[in-house]
Amino acid sequence: MTTELICAGFGGQGVLTIGKFIAKAGMKEGKNVSWLPSYGPEMRGGTANVSTVVSDEEIASPIVSFPDVLVALNQPSIDKFAPSIRPGGILILNTNMCPHGCKRDDIVQIAAPLVDIAKEIGDPMVLNMLAIGVLIGKTGLIKYETMEEDLTSYMKSRNPELLKLNLEAIKRGIDIAKNAK
Amino acid sequence: MEIIATRPEALTDVPFTYCPGCLHGVAHRLIAEAIDEQGLINKMTGVAPVGCSVFAYKFFNMDMAQAAHGRAPAVATGMKRARPEMHVFTYQGDGDLAAIGTAEIVHAANRGEQISVFFVNNAIYGMTGGQMAPTTLPEMKTTTSPYGRKTDDVGFPIRVCELLSTLVAPYYIERVSLLSPGEIIKAKKAVSKAIQYNKEGRGFTFVELVSTCPTNWGIDPIKSRDWAKENMLPFFKPGCFRDKGEGVE
Amino acid sequence: MAKILMKGNEAVAEAAIRSGCRLYFAYPITPQSELIEYMARMMPKVNGTFLQAESEVAAINMVYGAAGCGKRVMTSSSSPGVSLKMEGVSYIAGAQLPCVIINVQRGGPGLGDIQPAQGDYFQATKGGGHGDYRLIVMAPSSVQEFADMASEAFDLADKYRNPVMILADGMLGQMMEPVEFKTARTDEEIADMWLQHKSWCIQPNEDGDKKHHHEINSLEIDPLVLEQHVNKLYEKYAEIEKNEISYEKFNVSDDNEILCVAWGTASRVVKSAINEIKVSGKSVGLIRPINVWPFPYEELKKAIGPKVKKVYVFELNTGQMLDDVKIAVAGKVPVDFWGKVGGVVFTPAEILEKLELALKE
Repeated sequence: MTTELICAGFGGQGVLTIGKFIAKAGMKEGKNVSWLPSYGPEMRGGTANVSTVVSDEEIASPIVSFPDVLVALNQPSIDKFAPSIRPGGILILNTNMCPHGCKRDDIVQIAAPLVDIAKEIGDPMVLNMLAIGVLIGKTGLIKYETMEEDLTSYMKSRNPELLKLNLEAIKRGIDIAKNAK
Repeated sequence: MEIIATRPEALTDVPFTYCPGCLHGVAHRLIAEAIDEQGLINKMTGVAPVGCSVFAYKFFNMDMAQAAHGRAPAVATGMKRARPEMHVFTYQGDGDLAAIGTAEIVHAANRGEQISVFFVNNAIYGMTGGQMAPTTLPEMKTTTSPYGRKTDDVGFPIRVCELLSTLVAPYYIERVSLLSPGEIIKAKKAVSKAIQYNKEGRGFTFVELVSTCPTNWGIDPIKSRDWAKENMLPFFKPGCFRDKGEGVE
Repeated sequence: MAKILMKGNEAVAEAAIRSGCRLYFAYPITPQSELIEYMARMMPKVNGTFLQAESEVAAINMVYGAAGCGKRVMTSSSSPGVSLKMEGVSYIAGAQLPCVIINVQRGGPGLGDIQPAQGDYFQATKGGGHGDYRLIVMAPSSVQEFADMASEAFDLADKYRNPVMILADGMLGQMMEPVEFKTARTDEEIADMWLQHKSWCIQPNEDGDKKHHHEINSLEIDPLVLEQHVNKLYEKYAEIEKNEISYEKFNVSDDNEILCVAWGTASRVVKSAINEIKVSGKSVGLIRPINVWPFPYEELKKAIGPKVKKVYVFELNTGQMLDDVKIAVAGKVPVDFWGKVGGVVFTPAEILEKLELALKE
């Protein structure tokens, strides 16, 4: 099985990191992974996006033309990528910054005010972890335990407080996915 | 029979390819003597440029490299970084160093690269047949300034020692000339000092040797020295611009 | 050793250090900046030399100097910067110095853009600099292969005393994939490595009276001597052509109706399309030259199965390897080409469409 994922948003929202953590966790679960960012002037505050592929087979092209999952943290990301989501695919969108949403009815949409929820958790920086939570909660692509293990090894000594908030955000995201219709 | 003068050990027995009356031979000899005197022959290496001294790699009796036009300071940088146990010099002319290789010499000097640079300035491109150099004097006629160097068109000659002296890192910068026996003795001192500082790992050392080009100037060797004294030395004034070993900053 | 998720630019730098590269000279340019930055961080930790040169021209000449001393040395850049290096590359080839040059290609000509492209195939495989010379040119298609090629490239460079280029692109440089590294060479091994170059490289004289005079040089003023030198180079290149052909066969069989040829990043996209086509019961094969010089002419010709209607070349340029493919196919079947340029990478869907059309022809 192969899951092709695009995460997109404004530079600074941490979309590249969403893809990176998914790829890293996928690798730790023994899968093949690739992570291909948009690069160049976009990284300086414009829109950023990353294609991530997680697969049981060897990954041929790391370029995602038709994503199975799109994580869109702003409206331009929906406008650009939502039309190419595979029918039956998943769109995770941040309603705080996607005022027009997406009109497709042949995909599964999970919409939540991710910015508000991140603030509620205690730090707007955890927006991307919240999105990861929704993503793995909905798709089962990565186990929560793998994410926790990876984040812990990465952040425990550097910033234990942020680690706590991040893990809380992932769990909250998983809940959002489970409670979505 | 007592031998009172001989070829320095640091020169091979390959005959020089220079024109009669050319001073490259003198410059080579000064460097070779200095290498001998410092006992560096087994640890020295050098870089030959593009120009009349393109064959210098054949003349020095040690491992030598030949570099692309102007790139000798970069090549020497790579050599010194790869073999810090060795001592590296470059030998460059004015077209090589002050035109096409301006970036390389300025940045090698600015890094304080642990090399010695010997810069022979005769105000003209010799090997290619007498074209205008960055050091060609105002109104001086060359094959590419046939009506004389017009400063409002192509600017003034570049004074390399003065230019490099604006940098903080260089350890030793001196201009000497090869225009008379007395000047050659002074030049020898400067060359020796550069090699000695190189041996001691003091930093970037640079000696400019004001020279002649009888062939391309179209002036006989003796008169060309007089011409250079009258015309070049007022613009390229000999002197020590930097000698951190002697407190000259 | 456990796999690490890493960008191609960083993976190749790490692999180079592990394979004994202790000198690196370069100048910043997108999209290879992670490579120079990685070297800046890591070289001091292994007592190696990292130097940010004043220009690409200076960087390649520093490589010339260090390679002339018999030490493992590398530089890297992206297309416009590689053009600047070409003078030095010609000198290095002429002087027969071993070194590794990495080109993380971007769109051209001129300043072009910074997205992945394959427009430097001609430059890499047909010259680039002046004079008759060849580079061994390796074209990776994954981060793992990019990293593996670093040590292979150094070994080949040492073996043939020839510059080796790794021709990657912005996608391979920027992409992260899991990578597993070979065990790093020890300091003792690295210190001994230059010994294979002892007979010709610049070094202190330790032989007493039998003093050596090694010349690092590409100048031979006597035409008859230069002729001999260039002929000798060409004997070496013939040897490399005999020994160093490297390519991958993907889904190549007697059932193939189309045989694709693609290299580097482009080949991955083509593989995706071939996998999709399999589902419909059609058979399409792919030959991927891993070394693009020497080029697998004979092997490509032999891979053309009895049912192949067409050899289809896909590149991220306007058809550069295409020329080599035509030489290889030698009129046996028609050769078609489709490419994207300007840093635009074709998608599996686009290749699929092209292949489906061709299958219907």
